[in-house]
Amino acid sequence: MRPTHFFKQNGTGYLFLAPWIIGILAFTLIPVFASLYISFSKYEMFGSPVWIGLDNYKEILTGDEQFAKSLGVTFKYVLLGVPLELAFALLIAMMLHKGIRGLRLYRAIYYVPSLFGGSVAISLLWRQLFGAQGLVNQFLAMFGIQGISWIATPETALYTIILLKVWQFGSPMIIFLAGLQQIPNDLYESASIDGAGRWAKFAKVTIPLLTPIIFFNMIMQIISAFQAFTPAYVISGGSGGPLNSTLFYTLYLYQKGFVSFQMGYASALAWILLIIIAAFTTLAFLTSKKWVHYEK
Amino acid sequence: MNRTKTAGTAFIRHLINIAVSIAMIYPLLWMFSSSFKLPQNIFTDKGLWSSAFTMDNYILGWKGLSGASFALFFRNSFFVSGMSIVGNLISCSMAAYAFARLSFKFKAPLFGLMLLTMMLPHHVTIIPQYVIFNKLGWVNTYLPLIVPKFTATEGFFIFLMIQFMRNIPQELDQAATVDGCGQVQIYWRLILPLALPALVTAAIFTFIWTWNDFFSQMLYLSKIKNYTVSLGLRTFLDASGESNWGRLFAMSTLSLVPVFAIFIFFQKFLIEGITAGGVKG
Repeated sequence: MRPTHFFKQNGTGYLFLAPWIIGILAFTLIPVFASLYISFSKYEMFGSPVWIGLDNYKEILTGDEQFAKSLGVTFKYVLLGVPLELAFALLIAMMLHKGIRGLRLYRAIYYVPSLFGGSVAISLLWRQLFGAQGLVNQFLAMFGIQGISWIATPETALYTIILLKVWQFGSPMIIFLAGLQQIPNDLYESASIDGAGRWAKFAKVTIPLLTPIIFFNMIMQIISAFQAFTPAYVISGGSGGPLNSTLFYTLYLYQKGFVSFQMGYASALAWILLIIIAAFTTLAFLTSKKWVHYEK
Repeated sequence: MNRTKTAGTAFIRHLINIAVSIAMIYPLLWMFSSSFKLPQNIFTDKGLWSSAFTMDNYILGWKGLSGASFALFFRNSFFVSGMSIVGNLISCSMAAYAFARLSFKFKAPLFGLMLLTMMLPHHVTIIPQYVIFNKLGWVNTYLPLIVPKFTATEGFFIFLMIQFMRNIPQELDQAATVDGCGQVQIYWRLILPLALPALVTAAIFTFIWTWNDFFSQMLYLSKIKNYTVSLGLRTFLDASGESNWGRLFAMSTLSLVPVFAIFIFFQKFLIEGITAGGVKG
């Protein structure tokens, strides 16, 4: 095919696609390959990358305690935060679903934290809420309980950030609500005729029919939770402290890449993150065949 | 008997919902009320009501730091958000139009590539991107935050618009073609106006995400006169310290106002956007 002919046939399509093609080349594909190359190099921003083979990866996987720590922190955040958030979202969605009066108002109130959650302002607020003299301790004092500085104590700091995630259950809740509305009412009616009680209906009708949406929410939340950054950065003042207890993986990557300018090392960290997220997503997809039911 | 039972459960459900709602928004209300308290009262006043009401936190906080006021930070944030909206709407709607309504060679693999890039974590590309922007001399300008938006880098919005544009009847294009419209005119005069709800949704989400963004703004902006609200707040904490929670809360409250206003006015679009992303995606 001659080029002019190809263009006549497909020109309009590519004309409209031109910005996207430029973007995907300049800001995605070229950086992806560059990042892979840099991850096998020693590169400190100034000068050019020097090929060192697998050294970065070897160092990360065998000799880097901060890496192991940050991975642990992030896993804890994902494996605790995501299920708690989704369970809460589903619970509230169930409660709102059955035609409660004032649905719009409740839905709005529950969604507001999701709206603000990623902002610096809320991270600042959190820092105060769980500080030594914070609101949480004022509340506990009413019951005569002497609180601690939750954000300055290594054992509790991470849980305050997990709580911040759970607080933002509004977005998956709205998706659950939409899913619940699509379950045909006659399924519940025939379950009633079969003598199913409230719990049986929930376990035999609601949950199975909702599994595609549970699955979707789960994947989206896992992917985004692995990349959480702002709360950890702001609450710990950029350090990931106390005692690295809030050293999220992305925070560690940022410190390596943009504070100490070990960009080769940070790129290797980024690729390990990619592999971990891909592994989690693949695992979710593989196991989904067992528990996600799609309507035939 | 049955009716009283239903009324009873409804009452309990309301009670639980009210309790959970209060727990959910209490921190926000407390921040709001604290922003009007004297610094020494923030931690001694019980509850939301202030024993002494003051506007000082807003007046003094607004002055900002090192000669840069929050007026400047707000202006910068509005600029970056506004440009991002323009960029996303133009470039994503063009790509969506191509994928949803035109046929061309390699369309399927390109579409697959777009879906694939939506899953890619930002961190994999961030270092080479930084190096590229640095070599171009764009670090410490808004260009790294704005230019990518003009190249349809947010696949989520393309996807949203494709879903919407696919549902516009094909006959409309055919009628327009008979009337002598070219593809550009069909896109501009026919499809874009009909896809307005999807565009509004994309604009709202772009605004909220850009306004709340911290990571890329921190990465690329290091001169205080370029600071956005996120960076201003963050630096304000370091500069004035934890001793000045009143001013911090006042400026934090103000920083949430634009997002909250958008939410109040466009709730319907937000809910639809989230639902479409979840149910159809």
